Amino acid sequence: MISRRIFLKNGGLALVSLGFAPAFLARTVAAADARRRVLITIFQRGAVDGLNMIVPFGERDYYAARPSLAIGRPGAAPDSAIDLDGFFGLHPRLAPLKPFYDARQLAIVHACGSTDATRSHFDAQDYMETATPGVKSTQDGWLNRYLHAREHQAATPFRAVALAQQLPRALQGTAPALAIGQISQFGIRAGQGSDMVQSSFESEYAAAAESVLHSTGREAFDAVKMLKTANPQQYATANGAEYPRSAFGEALRQIAQLVKADVGLEVAFAESGNWDHHANEGSATGLLATRLDDLARGIAALARDLGDRMQDVVVLTMSEFGRAVVENGSRGTDHGHGNAMMILGGGVRGGKVYGRWPGLAPEQRYEGRDLAVTTDFRSVFAEVVRGHLGLTDASAVFPGFRNQATLGFL
Amino acid sequence: MRPSGFATIVIAAALTAGLEPVSKPSVVSGFSPTVAVGESKNAVPAHPDDKTVTHVLNRIGFGPGPGDVEAVRRTGLAKYIEQQLQPERIDDAAMTARLAGFETLNKSANELAEAYFIPAQMERRRAQQQAAKDPSMSADAADKGDKRAMRTPEQVEAMRGERQVLTELMQQKVLRAAYSERQLDEVMVDFWFNHFNVFVGKGQTRLYLSGYEREAIRPNVFGKFRELLGATAKSPAMLFYLDNWQSSAPEGSATAAPDRTENRMRMRPGQFGRPGRVPPAGRPRPAGAPEQAAQKRKPRGVNENYARELMELHTLGVDGGYTQKDVQEIARAFTGWTIANPRQGGGFRFEPRMHDDGEKLVLGHRIKAGGGQKDGEQVLDILAAHPSTARFIATKLARRFVADDPPAALVDRAAARFRETGGDIREVVRTIVTSAEFFAPAAYRAKVKTPFEFVASAVRATSAEVRTSAASPPRERSEPAKRRARERVGESEDQIDAQLLVQTLRTLGMPLYGCQPPTGYADRADAWVNTGALLNRMNFAVSLTGGRMRGVQTSPAGNLEAARDTFVDQVLAGDLSAATRSTVAKATETPQVVALLVGSPEFQRR
Repeated sequence: MISRRIFLKNGGLALVSLGFAPAFLARTVAAADARRRVLITIFQRGAVDGLNMIVPFGERDYYAARPSLAIGRPGAAPDSAIDLDGFFGLHPRLAPLKPFYDARQLAIVHACGSTDATRSHFDAQDYMETATPGVKSTQDGWLNRYLHAREHQAATPFRAVALAQQLPRALQGTAPALAIGQISQFGIRAGQGSDMVQSSFESEYAAAAESVLHSTGREAFDAVKMLKTANPQQYATANGAEYPRSAFGEALRQIAQLVKADVGLEVAFAESGNWDHHANEGSATGLLATRLDDLARGIAALARDLGDRMQDVVVLTMSEFGRAVVENGSRGTDHGHGNAMMILGGGVRGGKVYGRWPGLAPEQRYEGRDLAVTTDFRSVFAEVVRGHLGLTDASAVFPGFRNQATLGFL
Repeated sequence: MRPSGFATIVIAAALTAGLEPVSKPSVVSGFSPTVAVGESKNAVPAHPDDKTVTHVLNRIGFGPGPGDVEAVRRTGLAKYIEQQLQPERIDDAAMTARLAGFETLNKSANELAEAYFIPAQMERRRAQQQAAKDPSMSADAADKGDKRAMRTPEQVEAMRGERQVLTELMQQKVLRAAYSERQLDEVMVDFWFNHFNVFVGKGQTRLYLSGYEREAIRPNVFGKFRELLGATAKSPAMLFYLDNWQSSAPEGSATAAPDRTENRMRMRPGQFGRPGRVPPAGRPRPAGAPEQAAQKRKPRGVNENYARELMELHTLGVDGGYTQKDVQEIARAFTGWTIANPRQGGGFRFEPRMHDDGEKLVLGHRIKAGGGQKDGEQVLDILAAHPSTARFIATKLARRFVADDPPAALVDRAAARFRETGGDIREVVRTIVTSAEFFAPAAYRAKVKTPFEFVASAVRATSAEVRTSAASPPRERSEPAKRRARERVGESEDQIDAQLLVQTLRTLGMPLYGCQPPTGYADRADAWVNTGALLNRMNFAVSLTGGRMRGVQTSPAGNLEAARDTFVDQVLAGDLSAATRSTVAKATETPQVVALLVGSPEFQRR
């Protein structure tokens, strides 16, 4: 899997004399002319309990299966589900997202998931990020394949950015992608001698014999220089948006800054961890509720902060699989199958829960225990890639995926 | 799946580096320690060059410091490897002395709970109550027991004590990797902890971390795999982390003892109020009460978490040939494996009332009804003896010591060794680190250092000295000391010397004991090579050598040229690119020279 770096997209760039403003600065200007579509993906690692996130309160079996965890029917109590369509409701801590649903900017796809049966976090995340369920030999992530399928001259070092210490599998591959923990910390910090030290390191990595360190080093220094010029930190949070003070909120705040700075961002990735609630999951309050609060306040702040720019932005949430319908012996839920995804954006046909609902009665469940999958998660990805990012033929991004029917949320 | 271009470069580099070709028979001759059963031949070169010795130091330890290559040469390479395989015979008194000031490292979980964690818990609750009354605090901060809510000297002191336990644990890990003579032992402790990962952030796990590493992992890293597996299975850290301590026979099933059914909460259709029984935030329980309260609230039913990870991550591997049914059956076998008084740091306990005493069918083996605690032991026997386990463990060890995608023939031999020795880890490791594949050109610098390996190797390479003179302060503090502590709120601990190294690992994406998923940290280059991480490594190099890491002192030997030559010759075995060489030659100050070497592409590999 080391092959991600052999393909040198900007082949000659590193050979151009090092001290000069690199060519991408000119390209940025060009990029600013065309309206760039942005996809912001959020991975809920650990498998969020989709049945308590997007609550099927119209199901008797939901309540029978979850005596201590179920979210009450809308209106049953102050902290019950927020009605969406008479059957599904939002977890009460997702309230910050309700206005977007009402404004038809938020769509939900339920009973969505993988064609593979695995209940392993690791495998399921891998399958979701490579978008090749059941195939372990896939080398690159689906977002990276998109970058590859859609190469263009206007690409900048900030075309694909994960606000994370590590590059997620979805962005690994031959096309360049950045992992940045903190924008403000990105660069060489050596006091007075910073420039000299930076150019020294740059020379060392430019000459590195093997491709992994060589091209990673080059991408890093290109990005450092561009960031210095664009200075995204000058953009303050707008429209009274308030990000949660969490790693996730911080990541989204920085993604918004990159969008506003017009550095050529096209695909962004944010991590939202800690969803694996085997024990004491809680209901309207508790562990899951706390995580959903962070998620919803973060996404709502991002959308508010970006304002009009949301016309060109889609936010997409995903999680490796859902959780068992029946709660376990520790007031938690074990690994399951089908789950829910959210799609938010100015161009989204929102205000609707998409997908066919399979029901929760024991005989309707997958393997007798889990929410069945009626929508392949790749259908959702593919619709975003085609409908939002505008790639007409997504077959290279989703190898082996035949069912290209659209759900219609874009 | 390595691109051929890359492989060619590595091989070419290694050939010019003068590693001996593996097929040469003379490599094997002249040395014959315990030759492994089967076709495993000992391939340790009798007359290794500097690059070969450096390779060994980089793989079975955390890399060479100045003088180490020469020292190994004096000992003899084969003898050095053999010594490292028998760590209990290596004198490590200097390491012990270095850690003498860490007062919490050898305390039991129960002692830690009583002296550190429970007091902190009480103060946090008190602070929450205070904050709830204080309109200037945000609800968010109050909920979390935010440190801004901690104001009184007692609160500050309690929080300091709690932090001390974890910082001492984290620091000892870095310090041992950097300074222990038992280098391979430390590599193995790191490897097995990561294999049987638990996460500091999951509730009570942190209380049990020190003991987990000290008693479950460390004594067993070279022992029989079954012993290690059993030690982790019974450790409260694992029982808590993977939720097994709460797993009990489902309602209505036969248990090994009758159960009280008091206080069972049952929801009937139509009763959809607020079903959660999570206690309201901010209401403190009286001291001593939480345990009973938890017992009463304890629901019934199986939790599959441990059973699944036991097979997927600890033994068989995800493709090791098991089904969802096996997961369920194993989960039933482990019901009742719980913790006595988890809040007070109690130990393993088998609770017959929670145990599902029916028959189980595990991977084709029938486990008879009525086995009680033995059910779990039988499952561990079955898993430890399974061929998939031998292969899975052999692959992971070969990946750690040889290459991200280890040669299949080596994995085969290591797995065979595992099976024929009944899972003797020392023998499996010996097979790997004395193999032809280990010394093959393709393995040379084939691994990218993980952040932990990078930081530890940098400390060793620069002879950095982590200050340990100021031992931890006594627990009993005078009033003036408490006042000073209060003034210091928000600062990091001043007695803590390796603290900035610990923090560096967080910046580099590898917080110690901080890997949340049970997979542990990845041991592959693609997980660690990315732009942000690379810049952070360079920045660490600059800070370390520039004397900007408080508590860590680097004093490069002599003048600029001496510092450079020492590093180049004795750490990198003279093997660096022309570009790195000329870039380093242009630097005019010693710290910069060393920074450019520590941050160089060459030093990122081992």
